[in-house]
Amino acid sequence: MSETYQVVCPVDDLEVERGVTALVHGQAVAIFRTHDGEVFALGNHDPFAKASVLSRGIVGTRGGVPFVASPMHKHAFDLRTGRCLDDDTVTVPVFEVRVEDGMVHIGGRKQKVA
Amino acid sequence: MSKRKRIVVVGHGMVGHRFVQAAVERGLTETHDIVVIGEEPRPAYDRVALTSFFSVESAEELSLLPGGQYDDPRVRLVLDTAVTGIDRKDQVLTLVSPPPTPSGVELEDPGTVSELEYDVLVMATGAAPFVPPVPGKDLRNVFVYRTIEDLEAIREASQTAKAGVVIGGGLLGLEAANALHQLGVETHVVELAPRLMAVQVDDAGGATLKRHIENLGLSVHTGVMTELIDGDDDGIVSGLKFKDVEEPLEVQMVVFSAGIRPRDALARECDLPVAERGGILVDEQCRTADPHVFAIGECAAPDGRMYGLVAPGYSMAEVVVDALLEGPGTFTGADMSTKLKLLGVDVASFGDAFATTDGALELVYSDAVAGVYKKLVVSEDGKRLLGGILVGDASAYASLRPLVSSGIALPDNPEELILPASRGGVQLGMPDEAQVCSCNDVTKGQIKEAVAEGGEHSCEDVACVKKCTKAGSTCGSCVPIVKNIIEEHFASIGKVVDKGLCEHFRLTRQELFDLVSVHGYRRFDDIVEAHGTGRGCDICKPAIASILASQFNGHVLAQETAALQDTNDAYLANIQRNGTYSVVPRIPGGEITPDKLIVIGEVARDFGLYTKITGGQRIDLFGARMEQLPAIWKRLVDAGFESGHAYGKALRTVKSCVGSTWCRYGVQDSVGLAIALELRYRGLRSPHKLKGGVSGCARECAEARGKDFGVIATEKGWNLYVGGNGGAVPAHARLLAGDLDTETLVRYLDRFLMYYIRTADRLQRTAAWIEQLDGGLDRVKEVVVDDALGLGAELEAAMARHVDSYFDEWKATIEDPEKMARFVSFVNAPDVPDPAIAFTTERDQIKPADPDGAVSLGSTIPVGAPGLVTAGDAR
Ligand code: SRM
Ligand SMILES: Cc1cc2nc3c(=O)[nH]c(=O)nc-3n(C[C@H](O)[C@H](O)[C@H](O)COP(=O)(O)OP(=O)(O)OC[C@H]3O[C@@H](n4cnc5c(N)ncnc54)[C@H](O)[C@@H]3O)c2cc1C
Ligand code: SF4
Ligand code: FES
Repeated sequence: MSETYQVVCPVDDLEVERGVTALVHGQAVAIFRTHDGEVFALGNHDPFAKASVLSRGIVGTRGGVPFVASPMHKHAFDLRTGRCLDDDTVTVPVFEVRVEDGMVHIGGRKQKVA
Repeated sequence: MSKRKRIVVVGHGMVGHRFVQAAVERGLTETHDIVVIGEEPRPAYDRVALTSFFSVESAEELSLLPGGQYDDPRVRLVLDTAVTGIDRKDQVLTLVSPPPTPSGVELEDPGTVSELEYDVLVMATGAAPFVPPVPGKDLRNVFVYRTIEDLEAIREASQTAKAGVVIGGGLLGLEAANALHQLGVETHVVELAPRLMAVQVDDAGGATLKRHIENLGLSVHTGVMTELIDGDDDGIVSGLKFKDVEEPLEVQMVVFSAGIRPRDALARECDLPVAERGGILVDEQCRTADPHVFAIGECAAPDGRMYGLVAPGYSMAEVVVDALLEGPGTFTGADMSTKLKLLGVDVASFGDAFATTDGALELVYSDAVAGVYKKLVVSEDGKRLLGGILVGDASAYASLRPLVSSGIALPDNPEELILPASRGGVQLGMPDEAQVCSCNDVTKGQIKEAVAEGGEHSCEDVACVKKCTKAGSTCGSCVPIVKNIIEEHFASIGKVVDKGLCEHFRLTRQELFDLVSVHGYRRFDDIVEAHGTGRGCDICKPAIASILASQFNGHVLAQETAALQDTNDAYLANIQRNGTYSVVPRIPGGEITPDKLIVIGEVARDFGLYTKITGGQRIDLFGARMEQLPAIWKRLVDAGFESGHAYGKALRTVKSCVGSTWCRYGVQDSVGLAIALELRYRGLRSPHKLKGGVSGCARECAEARGKDFGVIATEKGWNLYVGGNGGAVPAHARLLAGDLDTETLVRYLDRFLMYYIRTADRLQRTAAWIEQLDGGLDRVKEVVVDDALGLGAELEAAMARHVDSYFDEWKATIEDPEKMARFVSFVNAPDVPDPAIAFTTERDQIKPADPDGAVSLGSTIPVGAPGLVTAGDAR
């Protein structure tokens, strides 16, 4: 299942440090582009607030780690691993991302995160 | 076990109250019951702060016992009841309720008489103002200045009186004069002695003080004797005649403040010895000649001397509790130092202010232009400070006074201590034993203990030290020094008190604000590159967005700032628990036409939104999906609505009452003003949300004093209050200025709001901001009303820029395709609504469905524990 990549939007449509939501394989995925040009994709669902909102959070760095702060109660999630920086027993799913020909492709859920 | 003993306290004033507090705290109520008999209709209140009654307006705020009763059930408080007799042989008191009138006029109802036995009697009856036997002293509109009831009567009379006179130019007299002046009465001060405050300051100091006071528009008459008070046909004061002066003063009210006399009549009647000049004679344990009877506070005369200040009274209260616990405490005299601000003029006097010690030397610094006079009294060898007088600038008081009691050696050039800082003033280290707070007898050592790491309290700020040691909690004059000690302590252990915003900026919000203003930065990237590290976070980004908005008032969703906004600002709506948004159109002052009401109803119906009347006098529409917001707002904007900024740290609402337009009590058009203010300040981004209120009369139906700025109509104009809020830590707004015309009111508000926006911390509402400002509300008054920093015009200009550049951000958003592009559910499927959002209904309206219920997360995520995959699992 995770082999198939889905094209979501031109990378230029992603504003730096602002997220968008995409519907990938029937589910909501939050996509972010950081200041250094990298693109990340996380599940959009905030497990604390139990609402589909992560793409609307503020993006920044904490001790060098790129993260998004949930708009609901400000829980911070590592964009690379999905791990919650405030409670390391909680993780949100992270998805494979490829940028090809100026388009963002989202793949399956990452099996192994750094 | 023996029967529990009963302590009866006569008088529930400041000292009686302190006695009970100490008794409870120190366990005396384990063995004793306490009954307190108070003659006034209310529990003890802060008499020292009596004058602020005119600005607080609710007497409750002065109360020392806001609940009205002690928590300890073994203490019983009986109010509105006087003790009229003491039978020392049988240890029985006679009580009368309600108390007989002081003038001795027969009451129709003589009151209920009862008896009460005591084992221990504590007299805390205080003192009464001394009224000299001047002819005319019983006319109407002749007052004294001692109780809340006195002040109520003075305020009442001030509404019709044009001019008034205070007889007595001492400390209390000047305070009373200050009050009359603030009540808008033309004020005279009459003093028999050749100078003001004869007890505390010398001739030169008195003269400086007099000049200050005359500059404020009060008339001072020193060295004159009052011959009689004239009355008109109705028995109301009409004038005051001096001895050897032809022209009488035309005044319609008189306030006596010619000293106080201990209330020792009860003691005299039961043959307890009193001092020659009044006051119940007591020994070092505050015990009278009768071992079962103690006396404390202003009614007592330890060693024959009475003390008209609260601090010695508090010590006496502690000493008696100690005696009853068989402790060793004694009272051996007190520090009579005083520091106060009279009519905005600092005055302090401490120690041997008149250089009566043998060989004492005086060092004087005086600057007639600035109106500053400072005198130090030092020992013959110039090594020890004995006392001093400060007029016009008493900032050195907090560091000088402890030098007197501790006897620390002075530096080689002691005059440096009173020179202005620019001329080489120095800071002094003081030893741990030095008393810092004289009201509550707290030493430097005790304050250091409170801030010690791992100690009992581990305080980190003044507020905590105040709570734990009581230092600074009474007159407040020692607060600057307490603050210094705390900072000194943290510096000494190498702890940096970090005031930085977050890990990205080691700067406070105020510093960032100034940097932005100096450099003219418009982009976060430039600011973080020049002054910060990393890429920012959810703390600094919205803070900088707010600073940029306050200064340049661009669109919050403009290219450079859009990514900085908190989620609510980012979508110009308030996010709700299920990820939907609420919509709050502005309804200025809460006034709305039927047509507009119908539009709101239609929009809510057509989009299936939940509606509710908010606590802010407007209507909130809930349950909008993000992608629906533009269409909803299009309808609202077309009907003439604007954004209500419910989502922003910005002006929310200015609440109003119907005021003079409809209400039979209203004295001004409160709705009109509320609308004008809401329109003036709409869209103003600030460190925290801002709320206002305008009430049409003192009944305060708009709850204006619960707002950051509140306006209450008076017969003469508007009273402006600042620093109120509701929420978890409610604060009542306090008077900034009274009886203003509308133009002045707006000018002061412009200055106040801009001053706040410039200097407050992030997420600090006005109340907390004022609290932490050096000088508190007085400082705000200096800057806003007196324009002491000369910033007034600049602050007004900044506000004018805001007003001129205002635009409705929702209208601007729906007109801009680039901004509209953000409002889609999915970038790749804009027509599919987010399936994670679901509703049920309740009371005929929608509500979010239970998140644990029907949330579809799609097929590829292991369902069961949505998102709750642990770190380990993910690996
Ligand atoms: C809708 C409303 C409750 C209602 O159903 O009536 C409300 C709802 C919220 N209030 Fe409130 N407050 C509402 C009136 C009030 C009032 C009453 C008033 O304004 O007269 C108060 C007390 C007055 C005051 O602010 O001092 C009030 C004190 C608070 C506080 C505490 C503030 C404080 O300084 O302690 C918060 C928390 C905060 O801002 O940090 C808060 C925060 C909130 C937030 C923004 C919480 C949040 O982040 O989700 C709520 C979302 C608003 C929304 O539209 O989704 N709300 N809130 C009221 C909207 C008023 C309006 O028309 O704009
Ligand atoms: C305007 C003003 C400003 C002041 N400013 C300062 C200041 O800056 N610094 C300072 O140190 N001091 C100041 N003082 C003085 C300070 O308020 C008093 O020292 C303090 O209140 C004394 O406390 P007390 O309990 O002895 O007397 P009070 O507070 O007067 O209490 C005595 C109570 O006993 C009641 N009582 C009397 N007789 C009876 C009876 N027979 N039966 C029942 N109840 C009875 C009285 O009604 C009163 O409530 C000021 C006073 C005033 C009026
Ligand atoms: S505050 Fe005064 S004017 Fe306003 S509604 Fe209440 S009573 Fe009427
Ligand atoms: S000296 Fe008055 S509160 Fe400390």
